[in-house]
Amino acid sequence: MSNAFVISQSDKRPIYLQIMEQIKQRVAIGDWTEGQAIPSIRQLAVDLQVSVITVKRAYLELEREGVIVTQQGKGSRISPNPGLGIRLQQQELQKHLEQAIRLSALLGIQPEELEGRLREANDNVAAKEQK
Amino acid sequence: MTDLAIQLNAVMKKYRYFTLDNIDLQLPAGQIMGLIGPNGAGKSTTIRILLGLIHQDQGDVQVLGHRMPAEQVAAKWDIGFASEDMRLYEGMTLDWHMSFIRSIYPKWDAAYSQLLLKRFGLRAQQKIKGFSHGQRVKATLLLVLARRPQLLVLDEPTTGLDPVARHEILRELTAVMTDEGRSILFSSHNTQDVEQISDQITFIDRGRIIDSMDKEAYLDRWRRLRLEAPSGIELPALPGIINIRQTGRLAVATANAFVPDLANAYENTGARVQSVENMTLEEIFVANVEHSREEVEV
Repeated sequence: MSNAFVISQSDKRPIYLQIMEQIKQRVAIGDWTEGQAIPSIRQLAVDLQVSVITVKRAYLELEREGVIVTQQGKGSRISPNPGLGIRLQQQELQKHLEQAIRLSALLGIQPEELEGRLREANDNVAAKEQK
Repeated sequence: MTDLAIQLNAVMKKYRYFTLDNIDLQLPAGQIMGLIGPNGAGKSTTIRILLGLIHQDQGDVQVLGHRMPAEQVAAKWDIGFASEDMRLYEGMTLDWHMSFIRSIYPKWDAAYSQLLLKRFGLRAQQKIKGFSHGQRVKATLLLVLARRPQLLVLDEPTTGLDPVARHEILRELTAVMTDEGRSILFSSHNTQDVEQISDQITFIDRGRIIDSMDKEAYLDRWRRLRLEAPSGIELPALPGIINIRQTGRLAVATANAFVPDLANAYENTGARVQSVENMTLEEIFVANVEHSREEVEV
């Protein structure tokens, strides 16, 4: 069930972040559901052909964010309320947006201009990820 | 305490033009260690010492609980070693080699050897002299993998292979890790391979270990900061920065002990932090070797 994971060498982000993102995607679209057992750290490492320590780090961070729960000897599961972790990220996004608005006000940038800048930034990120 | 597959303490070996100096190395069982360093850094010498093929002048070496070189005969049953300069018999078939190894090692896994033949696309009935470089490398690996040794020691296992063959080898190496008790030490010039599959990274240059640690912690310490300095100010190399280059107002700083506060510290000098970027192992490799050589010269 981890066949569709893609670890890309051209992706500038560390491998553990790529793994975290793909697990969250599976939760967000409902492929991996609440309480479902997920591959063990060692198994996912073998499947993805990456080091055990990298997957361990991804799982630790996901646990900290409340997306998964790991029980010693019993493996890892999607947490009963994985949305909590994703909600925390929503709050984080909100914080960044408000910060951007405050900074723009300081620089005298109007909301319309900020919208344009956001679109521009989006294109930049998209272009970088294409590379 | 975790079991250690490999433990080197203060190992030294002197040659006329090269000294392997004060080598400390620990590989916990169940992990993969990537050994990287420039040509002539001492990777192969280190590997040969821990196999008992070269005897150290000083220091302790323990492999799978055996003291080396004294107990190398006992240790070798559980160690699988493959290197580029290993020779197969040209006039014999791969099948002959497989039977030969099987007759020596009782743990030989015949079913796994057949599976590897198929995965590596090798023909057992073909004589070695008809094999390409890549096929020879794969044949050598097949012969050690099918013994299912507790410790695999591989000197440059992916050098000179095409991308598909490299991928096949990496897949078999990571598959070994399904078994928590088995360990791998491999040396490589391909930093991408090391970055992908190692749990531990050891950097060696000019006979000394520069760094040896957990890969995630290691990659996390390195960052590239792109900075914009106020007019007429030359930005300092703050603690944690090993190199800073500035032309005009733009500067690039390389950190080998990055903490988020470092970016704040630059902002406090009046600089603007344009970006903080992760570095690939290849970039770290080059920066680290250049830095350690500067230190030696100073």
